[in-house]
Amino acid sequence: MTVISARGLVKRYGDLAAVDGIDFEVPAGESFGLLGPNGAGKSTTMRMVGAVSARTAGDLTVLGLDPDTHGPEIRAQLGVVPQEDNLDLELRARDNLVVYGRYFGISRAECLRRADELLAFAQLEDKATAKVDDLSGGMKRRLTIARALINTPRVLMLDEPTTGLDPQARHVLWDRLFRLKERGTTLVLTTHYMDEAEQLCDRLIVVDHGRIMAEGSPAELIRRYSTREVVELRFGTDRNADAGARLESAADRVEVLPDRVLLYTDDGERLLEHVAREGMRPTTSLVRRSSLEDVFLRLTGRSLIE
Amino acid sequence: MTATRDELVAAARGPRRFGWWYIAEHQFRQMRRYLWVVVVNTIGSPLLYLLGIGFGLASFMTRPIADGPDGPVSYLLFVTPALVASAGVAVASDEFQYSVMMGFKWRRLFWGMNDSPVEPPQIVTGFVLAVAGRMLFSTLAFAAIAVLFGGLGDPWSAFAVAGAGLLGGMAFGLPLLAYSATITEDKGQFALVNRFVFTPMFLFSGTFYPLATLPVWLQWIGWVSPLWHASEIGRAASYGRSPGSWPVGWHVVVLLTLCVAGWVAARRVFVRRLRG
Amino acid sequence: MTSTRTTGDARGPEVRRQSAVRALYAGNARAVLGRELAATRSTTWTVILSGFFEPVFYLLAMGKGLGAFIGDVTLPSGQVVSYAAFIAPGLLAVSAMNGAVYDSTWNVFFKMNMGGRLFQSMLTTSIGPLDVALGEIAFALLRGGAYAAAFLVIMQVLGLVLSPWALLAVPAVLLIAFGFASIGMAITSYMTTIQQMDVINTVLLPMFLFSATFYPITVYPEPVQWVVKAFPLWHAVELIRGLTTGALSGAMLGHLTYFVVMIAVGITFTAKRLRALFLD
Repeated sequence: MTVISARGLVKRYGDLAAVDGIDFEVPAGESFGLLGPNGAGKSTTMRMVGAVSARTAGDLTVLGLDPDTHGPEIRAQLGVVPQEDNLDLELRARDNLVVYGRYFGISRAECLRRADELLAFAQLEDKATAKVDDLSGGMKRRLTIARALINTPRVLMLDEPTTGLDPQARHVLWDRLFRLKERGTTLVLTTHYMDEAEQLCDRLIVVDHGRIMAEGSPAELIRRYSTREVVELRFGTDRNADAGARLESAADRVEVLPDRVLLYTDDGERLLEHVAREGMRPTTSLVRRSSLEDVFLRLTGRSLIE
Repeated sequence: MTATRDELVAAARGPRRFGWWYIAEHQFRQMRRYLWVVVVNTIGSPLLYLLGIGFGLASFMTRPIADGPDGPVSYLLFVTPALVASAGVAVASDEFQYSVMMGFKWRRLFWGMNDSPVEPPQIVTGFVLAVAGRMLFSTLAFAAIAVLFGGLGDPWSAFAVAGAGLLGGMAFGLPLLAYSATITEDKGQFALVNRFVFTPMFLFSGTFYPLATLPVWLQWIGWVSPLWHASEIGRAASYGRSPGSWPVGWHVVVLLTLCVAGWVAARRVFVRRLRG
Repeated sequence: MTSTRTTGDARGPEVRRQSAVRALYAGNARAVLGRELAATRSTTWTVILSGFFEPVFYLLAMGKGLGAFIGDVTLPSGQVVSYAAFIAPGLLAVSAMNGAVYDSTWNVFFKMNMGGRLFQSMLTTSIGPLDVALGEIAFALLRGGAYAAAFLVIMQVLGLVLSPWALLAVPAVLLIAFGFASIGMAITSYMTTIQQMDVINTVLLPMFLFSATFYPITVYPEPVQWVVKAFPLWHAVELIRGLTTGALSGAMLGHLTYFVVMIAVGITFTAKRLRALFLD
C-alpha cells in the first residue's frame, strides 16, 4: 500500500521554486530518506507532506488523502519531529507528552498510559518529572520523538533528526529509530549526513535545487554513481590541482577539492602504488569505500556539507 | 494495517471540532505553573490601586472630579471602573506580547501545535480563550474587592464592570495579538508598544480624571482607547451615566468592532505564518 | 587596567584564592560595556529614545491633568509647591528605578536564558562574571543618566525646577539607578523561568504607588509610614525631591547611605551567584 505519493510536486515562494517538480512514492513500512544540502527543498517537501504547507502545483496524496482538503485527517496519522525542538520547556517531560496527545483528541488517561510507555521507549523513564529545560540535547531530541509517537502515527516524519547532537547521542537515537523501523513504522526523514542515510534509509532520493537528482537504495546509488573505493590524497592547497591533473588517466574519475584530491577507482591499493611509482609524495593518503557523499559530489559537483 | 477513508475521517473528528479546547487546556496547564504569581497579582494589585489611588490620592483632592446622574461622585467611585478595566488591559499586554514571541520563535510552541491535527485558527481561539479566562478572573476579583471597599455604586454592577474590563482588555489585546504575531525578530517593538501605546492609553483615557478635562487635541486618545470605552461602560453600570456622556451602546459597538477586527487579523496572520 | 587570568590549578592555596578573585573580575568591564554600546548602535534608536517619554507622559497626565483637582502640596519643610512640582522629582526617581530594574532584570534574564545565552559566551573569553555585571550596570546607568538630564530640561521648561541644587539630581539618579540595578541583577541571577520574573513587578508596583511619589506619606498611619521608609524608592524620591525643590536636610545623607549599602550588597550577591552559575 502506498502511503505517500507525489507527482510533479512544486512549491514556489514568489519567483523562487523551493521544490521544482518532484515525483516519489513511499510504500507502507519503508524507511524513506531525502538527502541533500541545506536549502535543497527537503524541509519544504516535508512541510507539504505534513499538510502544513499548500503545494503550488502537482499531485500529492498522503494515506490516500489530499492535504489541501484533509489536513487534520492526515496530520492525525503523522508523527512529526521538527528540525528544531519545540518542547514546552516550562512543563515536565511527561506533561509535554500528555499535552501533545490531547491535541489529537486522545483522552487524558490514555495519554498518561502512552506517555509512560513512550518515556520508557525513549529511555527517559527516570526523567518523567524532570523539567524539560534540564534535559540534555540528546534527551530533548528523544523526548521530541516520544512526543511524535503519542498518537501511534502511521508515518513518522523526521527533519534532520540528529543535527547538532554529539556522536554518542546520535547512536542512541539511531538505535531507537531502528527499532521503530523494525516494528514496521513508516519513516520519512531528511538529512544531510550520509552516514545517517546509510544507517536508516531503505531508499532515498537525492535532492538539490528542488529537484530529484537520483533515487534508489544507498547501495544502489553508490554502485550506480560511484566506484567501489576512493583514494583521498592531500598534497597541500597549492598543489592539489596539479596532482589531480597528473592522475586523471590513472583513476575512473578525479575530483579536486580545495583541501584534497579524490580518486575514484575499484582498487584503491593499486592506485596508491601507482601514485608512489610516479614519484608523487602526498602528505596524507587514505583508501576508503565509496559513500553517499561521493554520490552527491558526482551528481551535483558540490560537497554535501559546506 | 490499512485504514479506510472513513476511519481516517473519524480519527480527526475530535480535533476538527475541539482543537481550540485542546490548545486552551495546554495554556491553562502552563498558567498552573505560575498560578501563585497570577493569584498574587490578581488579589494584590486591586488592593494596592484602590488604597493608593482610590483612597490615598483621593484624600488630596480639593474639589469633586466628576458627576454622576445625581451630582458629584466620590473619586473612589469614579476611578474604580477604570482601574478594573486597566486590570483587563494589563493581562492583555502581559499575555499577548512575549508569549506570542515564545510561541513563534523562542520556544516554537505554535509550530508544534501546527504539526498536530489542530488548525491555526483553532490555535488562535484556544490561546485567546485561555487569556480571556485569566482576564475575567482578574477583572472579577478586582470588582469583587472593589465592592468590599465600597468602590462600586451598585454591588451587583461588579459583574457588568468586570465584563466591561474583559471586553476592553480583549479590544486592546486582540489587535495586539495580531501585531505581535507579525514580529519575526525582536528589535524592541514591545518596548515601543508599551511606551507609546500602553502608557499613553493608561494615562490619557480618562482613567484618573474625566476625558473632557484634557485639551481637545488630546481627547482623541480616549476615543480610540479601549480603556476609555470600557471605563465608561463600567461607570455607567456602577453609578449611572454622567450628564452628556456617550450612550453605553456606542462604547460596546466600538469595543466589539476592535475585538472582531483584531480576531480576524490575528487568524489571518497565524494562518499565513504557520501555513506559508 | 589589564590583567591576565590565572587558572589556579596545582598551585598553593594562597595562589588559588587569589586567582578565584581574578576568575571573577578581570578588570575588563569596559569590554562588556563596549559590546552593549555596539549592540545599541545596531538596534532602533526609537527604542532608546522612547524610554525618555514615559516619565514625561506621567508628568503631563498626572502633574498637569490631575493637578487641576489637587492643588498645591505642602512639603515636610513647610514649603508649598504645585502638584506638578511635587510629583516631577518622584517620577524622576521612579524612572531611574524602572530603567535600572528593567535593564538589570528582564534584559539580563533574556541574555542568561534566551537569545543565544550571551552571558555564557562572554564568560568563555577572558572576561569574568563581575566584569559582566559591572559592564551591564554601567550601560544601564549611561542610559539612565541621559534620561535624567533630559527630564530635568523638561522640568525646567515647565517651571518645575525650584532650586539650582537640581543639577545634583543627575548624579543622585545615577547612584539610585546603580543601587536598583545591582540588586535587580542579584535577584535575576537566581531566577530560572520567565514567570518568576513577574515577582519583580509585584514588588515594584506597591513601591511605585506608596513611596510618596504621588502624595505625601503623612496620610498613612505611623507604622505604615515606617514600612514605606524601609523601601528604597522612598529614599530615592525624598533625595531627588529635596534637590529639585531646594529643601535640603541632614536626612539626605541617610538616603545616600541607604543606596551605598544597597550597591555593596547587590554586587556581592551578583558576583557570588554568577560565579556559582558559570564558573563552578
